[in-house]
Amino acid sequence: MELLTLFIAAILVNNFVLYYFLGICPFLGVSKKIDSAFSMGLAVTFVMTITAVVSWMINHWILIPYNLDYLQIVSFILVIAALVQLVEMFIRKISPPLYQALGIYLPLITTNCAIMGLALLAALKDYGFAKTVVFGVGSGLGFTLAIVLMAGIREQLDLADVPEPLKGAGIALIIAGIIALAFTGFSGMIN
Amino acid sequence: MPSKSVGAEYIKGLWEENPVFRQLLGMCPILAVTNAVINGIAMGLATYFVLILSSVVVSSIKKLIPSQVRIASYIVIIATFVTIADRFMAAFFPPISKSLGPYIPLIVVNCIILGRQEAFSSKNSVGRSLVDALGMSTGFILALLVLSSIREILGMGTFLGHQVMGAWFKPWIIMILPAGAFITLGILLAVALVIESETKKRKN
Repeated sequence: MELLTLFIAAILVNNFVLYYFLGICPFLGVSKKIDSAFSMGLAVTFVMTITAVVSWMINHWILIPYNLDYLQIVSFILVIAALVQLVEMFIRKISPPLYQALGIYLPLITTNCAIMGLALLAALKDYGFAKTVVFGVGSGLGFTLAIVLMAGIREQLDLADVPEPLKGAGIALIIAGIIALAFTGFSGMIN
Repeated sequence: MPSKSVGAEYIKGLWEENPVFRQLLGMCPILAVTNAVINGIAMGLATYFVLILSSVVVSSIKKLIPSQVRIASYIVIIATFVTIADRFMAAFFPPISKSLGPYIPLIVVNCIILGRQEAFSSKNSVGRSLVDALGMSTGFILALLVLSSIREILGMGTFLGHQVMGAWFKPWIIMILPAGAFITLGILLAVALVIESETKKRKN
């Protein structure tokens, strides 16, 4: 039950983009088309889940037993960079169609602060193994939900008459604000 | 690269190439920590420290780094300084460190810092990189200050915790919520574009 609450909270209430402001760059950059937004969301969910597992293992099996937790930042970022490379090679060998679909989005994920944020938040909140995994999957799905919603609205926006200075990032941020406002409606759902 | 005077190298970070308003970099921290001015200042100073030291180190050892592994090397250098900043905050300013949560460690993935190493420090002298880093981080602090002042004054009626609005003022709760951050930044970006196009018109 606790795990289910955590899962729903990660998707709706503490949404990574709309609540923690993590992963704003891809959220604004890759949200012009629903297809590519969905691929990006999938790639992020995938890497997030693996990162959650690996960063938990490193934190609990290496860093904490040897009192090295001040090395968290350095080790997490290196692990994420290496992991993205590995995942990319792995997918290219195992499933070429998936590799085609994720395409250029995979390498971009290294600098996505949502991944690093996930590793840090899970360590900060001191989640156990099961919770960390659920948190990783839920956060990834939350990111996918937010970016696909955004892309849906932006596809419609092409037909709208937006004031000149607001075009591009300006209007995208205001839409994000309105979506975030809608999502605060969920905040009473889970305490 | 056309050589600019040292002054111009500094000034460009403030407006012309302002990392937030002009280049749209570092959006995550700018949205996340600007609900109160004090958080904005703490974030700005931490970024200032990391950017300046990373730029100096990267530009001084640029000849030693093989180009295939340069990004990884930059990340390790940046992560080292971020760790120092994070530990320093946790030791001397525990309440601020607590309220900023994961966002101080997240400076490591702030694209402004990696971007400057790749675009500037890896190609320029130590002195120039230092001036560039000073300008860029001042521009970043300016953006943080503008956004956090607007949000704190409208959202709580206070500035740095002091009451500035009269008793008649009803705080706009939305400004403290995430939605306020997105909307205010969106409007500020539009304002920056209008100012830019007006000054261009005047020059012509």
